[in-house]
Amino acid sequence: MKKPVIDAQNVDLTFQTNDGPVHALKDVNLQINKGDFVSFIGPSGCGKTTFLRCIAGLETPTGGSLTVNGLTPEEARKSRSYGYVFQAAGLYPWRTIAGNIKLPLEIMDFPKAEMDKRVEKVLDLVDLKGFGRKYPWQLSGGMQQRASIARALAFDAEILLMDEPFGALDEIVRDKLNEELLKLWAATDKTIGFVTHSIPEAVYLSTKIVVMSPRPGRITDVIESPLPKERPLDIRDTPEFIEIAHRVRDGLRAGHDV
Amino acid sequence: MSKIIPVLTVLVALIVIWYAAAVKMNSTWTYDQAERAGSEVTFSELITDTMSQKRPLLPAPHQIVAELWDTTIEKKITSKRSMVYQGSITLKTTLLGFGFGIVIGIALATVIVLSRIGRLTLMPWAIISQTIPIVALAPIIVVLSNAVGTGTLMVPKAIIAAYLSFYPVLVSMVKGLQSPDQMQLDLLKTYGASQSEVFWKLRLPSSMPYFFASLKVSVAAAFVGAVVAELSTSAIAGLGARMLIGSQFGEPMIMWAALFAAAILAAILIFLVGGFEKLARNLMGGRAV
Repeated sequence: MKKPVIDAQNVDLTFQTNDGPVHALKDVNLQINKGDFVSFIGPSGCGKTTFLRCIAGLETPTGGSLTVNGLTPEEARKSRSYGYVFQAAGLYPWRTIAGNIKLPLEIMDFPKAEMDKRVEKVLDLVDLKGFGRKYPWQLSGGMQQRASIARALAFDAEILLMDEPFGALDEIVRDKLNEELLKLWAATDKTIGFVTHSIPEAVYLSTKIVVMSPRPGRITDVIESPLPKERPLDIRDTPEFIEIAHRVRDGLRAGHDV
Repeated sequence: MSKIIPVLTVLVALIVIWYAAAVKMNSTWTYDQAERAGSEVTFSELITDTMSQKRPLLPAPHQIVAELWDTTIEKKITSKRSMVYQGSITLKTTLLGFGFGIVIGIALATVIVLSRIGRLTLMPWAIISQTIPIVALAPIIVVLSNAVGTGTLMVPKAIIAAYLSFYPVLVSMVKGLQSPDQMQLDLLKTYGASQSEVFWKLRLPSSMPYFFASLKVSVAAAFVGAVVAELSTSAIAGLGARMLIGSQFGEPMIMWAALFAAAILAAILIFLVGGFEKLARNLMGGRAV
């Protein structure tokens, strides 16, 4: 059996706040294999974002063990193992789209010619060819988010962590981007961790759905999706899809009864 | 056009009030003269006289314009009585002080934002520095800079201008350098960026809108500082010095002309800074907010 890319064993995280300790994550166990598309779904406060941030080394668990490619999250970050996409595109308004995508490459000291090549490549991947010279304000919200995904892809990290990347977009744009994200995933074979609070989005995208619930944040169900890798948008009307969606909903409801 | 009409209306109203005030205030002298000569003053004589006195209490607008014209266009620039000459001295002080103010403001803000110790130690002193009346400090600055042998009055004057102008830059830059939100800082963290990369690639560019907003305040402060410096360091040249001379030698026209020259110069400076801001905004993506 191959080793998981991300391996969480009994991960615990308690924040010390002015109102006393907050138990953000309790006893989280999860293995993510290479090439998995894993969604984290749950109500706000269930720790899904916190767990993603732990994987990224932006938060440090207070208990348990968490490894990324066999390294600590901190070491994995330094070896550029992952790209992170936030809910807001967060593009720099003073840089062009190409300039924004170059940002991580500049920090990681890529040679100039290599930078231009990579910018072209990822712009093509996210379907933004020819928009390199535009400034962020000249692009729609959906295009900006695509540019921010391109920025996360630019340095070719194996793992892509996405924290509600399409949460601020409308349904139609979201559908389109979901479809594109699946294509991109198929084309690049990345391991993706995806936080969402939309059940259809989670079921449509994932090979593995992690259902979480709050107080304390914990995993209540892990669903391996039987859906094929090839997924047209209308797969959402098939009985298999609806069955999984149902199970996710049940999991979420069960968590709420506490 | 619709913007200019309200402005013009106010301007016309001000001029009318001004003329009325000039007639009223200068009439005392006219009546005194007439009484001494034992003659009566008709209304039209009153109007003409109050608007053409050599040393009026309140000069009429057209007299000030004439004096300004005479001292800027007609006089040779090398003449001590030329407003262009006097203005250029004040301008030099202003720009020197403004330049120092920007450098000091940015430097202090950087230290304050990047180090906790800087934040705790420097900020209170920066605030205190602005509570001391500059007029009280001016003579001390002159004496001290003389003592260290700067030789010219330009140095203490520029210090005084810088003293007033660094503060708006400092306050805005502290806010501007801290303006990137947690998400943006996290993003750079995921790239493994160093603190200096965070500063140059994120904090500094993010602070630019704040910086330019502060420049307009700061250039005005530097200008006020320069004029106050001339007033309070017994300078003999510069617009401030002209105002003082005008008041001490009972030459209201010089005083008023210097005042208007100062106002015009300040307006030009602010206009230039505004143009510079627009240029920078275009260079930074056209709509950087």
